[in-house]
Amino acid sequence: MNELQELYQQVIIDHNHNPRNFHKIKHPSHSAKGHNPLCGDKFNIFLTIKDDIITEISFTGSGCAISKASSSLMTEALLGKTVTEAQKLFDLVHNMVTTGLANAKDIGKLAVLSGVHKFPVRVKCAILPWHTMKNALDKSTQTAITE
Amino acid sequence: MSKLDINKIRSDFPIFADKSLIYLDSAATTHKPKQVINAISNFYSNYYANVHRGIYELGMKATEAYQSARQNIANFINASDWRSIVFTGGTTESINLVAYSWARKNLKTGDEILITEMEHHSNIVPWQLAAEETGVLLKYIPINTDGTLDLSNIDKLITSKTKLVSIIHQSNVFGTINPIKKIINHAKKVNAITFIDAAQSIPHSHVDVQDLDCDFLAFSGHKMLGPTSIGVLYGKTELLDSMMPFMSGGDMINSVTMTESTWNDIPYKFEAGTPKIAQAIGFGAAIDYINDIGIDKIHDYEQSLLKVALEKLKSIDELEIYGHQTGENGAVISFNLEGVHPHDLAQFLDQDGIAVRAGHHCAQPIMNKLEVSATIRASFYLYNTEEEIDKLCASLRKTQSFFN
Repeated sequence: MNELQELYQQVIIDHNHNPRNFHKIKHPSHSAKGHNPLCGDKFNIFLTIKDDIITEISFTGSGCAISKASSSLMTEALLGKTVTEAQKLFDLVHNMVTTGLANAKDIGKLAVLSGVHKFPVRVKCAILPWHTMKNALDKSTQTAITE
Repeated sequence: MSKLDINKIRSDFPIFADKSLIYLDSAATTHKPKQVINAISNFYSNYYANVHRGIYELGMKATEAYQSARQNIANFINASDWRSIVFTGGTTESINLVAYSWARKNLKTGDEILITEMEHHSNIVPWQLAAEETGVLLKYIPINTDGTLDLSNIDKLITSKTKLVSIIHQSNVFGTINPIKKIINHAKKVNAITFIDAAQSIPHSHVDVQDLDCDFLAFSGHKMLGPTSIGVLYGKTELLDSMMPFMSGGDMINSVTMTESTWNDIPYKFEAGTPKIAQAIGFGAAIDYINDIGIDKIHDYEQSLLKVALEKLKSIDELEIYGHQTGENGAVISFNLEGVHPHDLAQFLDQDGIAVRAGHHCAQPIMNKLEVSATIRASFYLYNTEEEIDKLCASLRKTQSFFN
């Protein structure tokens, strides 16, 4: 198996085919748009935050397998987390997709995205939903843009 | 298959010493034969000097080579006067030159500019900005989902209000060759100025500006075996003469006093600063290379490659080709493979050494029309082969089965 096939392992293919939490939340407390103008990837992230806990999280949009799987995995990872934990996870994922380094205990299932660092042009795909989520938490009205 | 001495041609391109490279992105930019690389290297090594001023042997030799490249390009598009050939940084700069020096000076509220939904962003955005500043209405000839222009309402779109019609000759997404002569004739009836974006057509087919009778036409060197950062604005001399300079500085003036300046003759009026000497010489060498083979032979060869590529791609299940249903088309094919996003697909093709373009191809209005975010585009040139098409198809099938 080559590096590319390793990256596109079963988890990524599975989340691309069957994205989790792939719908709109009716009345989210937080939401943001993400766009990669170079690829055309577009995602919306929706969150409901109650007492500092992410009680609902979902996404809609379209993009490549990496960006879609990253969005899907992100929604699974963040459900039930506090806002501070979500922000910490953003930093860990950001570091992992750019360097390949991650602590298995902290990162869990998201480790499947670590191979992205070997394909620098695809880092933006993996990180787009995370930037979008961060903008939603910051209540930023700006579209998150990675290119 | 129409014949070219493909082994000889490929051996002229140093990049293809790497036998694993399958380069199918010539619509973005083409590779360079050693004849072009050597011409540039020879200039820098043996007779480099600035042009138009050196009263010494080297300067005269450089000026002569620069001028001869211009004449060469004029002949290639059958321009009757070398002064019609303005060297620019490329097609984008050529369009901007006209948007600034002609459109902004000659258009006013109530006038209309007509372009098409098929344009590259470079033939949309400069007109949008000019329209915004002058209060001009920018209108579009619509496209059909089969990748052709919808000319059914052309009489309603081109009216006495239309002052400029700017059209892409060959689509960089579909390969569609537009009936520009017909559109130019419509524009002439209302005395509108016509501009042809020929960046995708001139490298692959014989284009004759006198036959088209367009007012302006633009193309780029790097898409036809030449260096980057050089292109051409062809303009009718009387129009160029009537226009104000685009950029100003040295080399484009006759005289300068503390209070005013007068302009040099065309085309120099539009070539401020030290010109793109090495690039022009390289571009001239690229034209020589194409002429030695013959543009018609190149065209025929590409058409036979296109036919084979379409047949073979169509045999792949769930592969959708955009365009190529009717009329005349260049060797550019956009497609999507069901279930595999173009960016993932391009990454997998790259693993097999195949370079294709994935994205919106700087033509977002087309993507919106097709209701896709992106496509894969394979584009061909004189150095591509049928074997490469087979390898592309094999890699597509392999990727398809990996994803499904």
